[in-house]
Amino acid sequence: MQKILIVGAASAIAEAAARRWASGGNALFLVGRNAARLETIAGDVRVSGAASVGVFAMDANEVAAHPAMLQAAEKSLGGLDIALIAHGTLPDQKACERSVELTLREIGTNGLSVVALATLLGERFGKQGSGSVAVIGSVAGDRGRQSNYVYGAAKGMVGLFLQGLRNRLASKGVQVLTVKPGFVDTPMTAAFKKGALWAQPDDIAAGILRAIGKKRDVVYLPGFWRAIMTVIRHIPESVFKKMSL
Amino acid sequence: MALTSWGQLPASPAAEERWWDERSAPLPEVGGTLLAYGNGRSYGDVCLNGGGTLLRGRGLWHFISFDPENGRLVCEAGVLLADILDVFVPRGWFLPVTPGTRFVTVGGAIANDVHGKNHHRAGTFGRHVRRFELLRSDGSRRVCSLTENAEWFAATIGGLGLTGLMTWAEIELRRIAGSGVAVENRRFTGIDEFFAINAEAEARHEYTVAWIDCLANTPRGILMAGDHAESGSLADVAKRPLSLPATPPISLVNGLTLRAFNFAYFHRPLPATAVVHYVPYFYPLDGILHWNRLYGRKGFYQYQCALPSGARDALGEILRGIAVSGQGSFLAVLKTFGEIPSPGLLSFPLPGMTLALDFSNSGSETLALFDRLDAIVGAAGGRLYPAKDARMSGRFFRGSNPRFDEFANFIDPKFSSDFWRRATA
Ligand SMILES: Cc1cc2nc3c(=O)[nH]c(=O)nc-3n(C[C@H](O)[C@H](O)[C@H](O)COP(=O)(O)OP(=O)(O)OC[C@H]3O[C@@H](n4cnc5c(N)ncnc54)[C@H](O)[C@@H]3O)c2cc1C
Ligand SMILES: NC(=O)c1ccc[n+]([C@@H]2O[C@H](COP(=O)([O-])OP(=O)(O)OC[C@H]3O[C@@H](n4cnc5c(N)ncnc54)[C@H](OP(=O)(O)O)[C@@H]3O)[C@@H](O)[C@H]2O)c1
Repeated sequence: MQKILIVGAASAIAEAAARRWASGGNALFLVGRNAARLETIAGDVRVSGAASVGVFAMDANEVAAHPAMLQAAEKSLGGLDIALIAHGTLPDQKACERSVELTLREIGTNGLSVVALATLLGERFGKQGSGSVAVIGSVAGDRGRQSNYVYGAAKGMVGLFLQGLRNRLASKGVQVLTVKPGFVDTPMTAAFKKGALWAQPDDIAAGILRAIGKKRDVVYLPGFWRAIMTVIRHIPESVFKKMSL
Repeated sequence: MALTSWGQLPASPAAEERWWDERSAPLPEVGGTLLAYGNGRSYGDVCLNGGGTLLRGRGLWHFISFDPENGRLVCEAGVLLADILDVFVPRGWFLPVTPGTRFVTVGGAIANDVHGKNHHRAGTFGRHVRRFELLRSDGSRRVCSLTENAEWFAATIGGLGLTGLMTWAEIELRRIAGSGVAVENRRFTGIDEFFAINAEAEARHEYTVAWIDCLANTPRGILMAGDHAESGSLADVAKRPLSLPATPPISLVNGLTLRAFNFAYFHRPLPATAVVHYVPYFYPLDGILHWNRLYGRKGFYQYQCALPSGARDALGEILRGIAVSGQGSFLAVLKTFGEIPSPGLLSFPLPGMTLALDFSNSGSETLALFDRLDAIVGAAGGRLYPAKDARMSGRFFRGSNPRFDEFANFIDPKFSSDFWRRATA
């Protein structure tokens, strides 16, 4: 049995991961900002077979609340083996362009709050000498594009931060996993037209569990996004800047 | 790409698609009409609402409670049967009734009152539903069961999503000792032989279904009977499904591939008895996700009719009509329905038999064949399955469902579907 903390537990991808972990008989601690929603999910993972379930309502942007949350998690779980950070928002890029305040808020939610949590968890797992931190980034963090560079910048920051943290904790036996999903059919992307490149939340969840099991560092999910992003990253900037992406 | 149904036939898209993931929330205020969309495994248009709003009920995907004393599972209506199997087979429980794909929602299974290979023993899915909550556009919520709001219970089972939105349901799972199914296969030639060996099989086995080759001069096929294994492991060893990633521009299913397939399928080496995992037995097509794309961009139809017990001649006539037309595909299924009545007003099964098969969309040629088949089905007192239908006339639907008028009283004034507009035209 593993002791697992999930921040952003109401995300479609995180919910699917929680159910998979629950049916394996693991202990879960669910953190999100909507308490009623957390109860619904807790009910689900209980039925699915979780050894125990705890919940904690918190807005990820309330950095001051993070230590108390972590304490509550450890108390409920009786330790900590895996932490998944999944919360996020998809900013309205156009609105961000007109509002510094909104831009910074989105960078806060998708970037800074994640950096804060990863700092805390990195410390915690480093001392323990074991454990896994998995963070959901995005392929959008691999290159800035006019259609969503606020989101991309936040995810890109998270990617670099985790790279450093991974480097620091590698010798301590701690896994730091960056998950980079492509397009996923979730409430976040409800407004988009769906095509062949779209994956289901449970496919991503399965990939996350697999990557944690295999002690991977960075995974693209589904895997074909690695090839797509390799191409995109290699387009010279002089050309890229003129493309409408 | 907008939400589509399984047949991928051309249809006008919904004006809006919304995730529906909060069971305590009221229905949204919209200008046009509403319809719940489960997982789109209906072939035709019962799950489509061109120009209106589709509520993606898959967002309601949580289990709520389970009582291991009696197998009663309470879950949100968007939970997939596959989710239930994943969690409960390892604990020794199985669905009371299952259709031929596990990728359908509980809400969709109730709204079409689906049937399975055990209809002769267990009746329809609706018989194993204990309660559900029905949310209406006027904001009302009703818990419906055989004793509470019974008339709403009857209207909603097989009610094609038109009576409102089901938020959660309670169903009764059944015990199993192992995840395997003991299967007995028998070849038959001619309809009379089918009915003879089928009667025998139904007396001895919980599940029966026959694959039938409609292109052969004399219909021939394989009857596959099964029972849950009485022992063995409960471990789930199903493989991850493959997926047909894209739709080829033209159909890969045509006369030549069909005849070759049917010949090979009938003559393949077939063990008389075997124990197989439940997934390949119940869900042979789930091994390839999106196999429906095989039919190309024009999409395809399924024709599924139910005929009363006495109508063997009509069945023969239908099979001949299909053979002569040279249309029809390898996915032809023949099954007898038992006497157990459904609680639903519009439920499809009737005591007798059902035949289902897929057809490439060859336009007017295909539609003309269906009209000929309808005439036979209508004269025999049979009907067509709305879950599979995209073309029957409103007159035919009303004429073959004696409780249509009674049902119409329970429709939510805000709800409609492409199917319903056709059925009432
Ligand atoms: C390969 C395959 C094999 C099949 N085999 C069988 C079989 O053996 N037997 C059989 O009976 N059927 C069979 N079917 C048909 C399938 O079981 C039904 O069409 C089923 O209803 C699909 O469920 P869904 O969740 O995909 O719902 P959808 O197709 O999305 O919707 C079906 C109906 O349910 C309504 N609905 C969905 N959710 C709700 C809700 N929350 N509240 C109210 N209404 C709701 C919709 O409005 C719609 O009218 C098969 C289909 C396929 C693709
Ligand atoms: N969907 C995609 O195509 C895609 C692609 C690449 C990466 N991702 C990433 O995948 C992760 C999961 O997203 P998803 O697709 O599963 O979308 P989702 O279902 O919309 O989940 C996002 C979750 O984040 C939560 N959240 C947002 N702001 C928060 C805050 N300040 N504090 C706490 N929780 C907050 C939301 O909580 P509420 O429920 O309270 O709103 C919601 O549960 C995100 O990091 C996202 O960026 C998604």
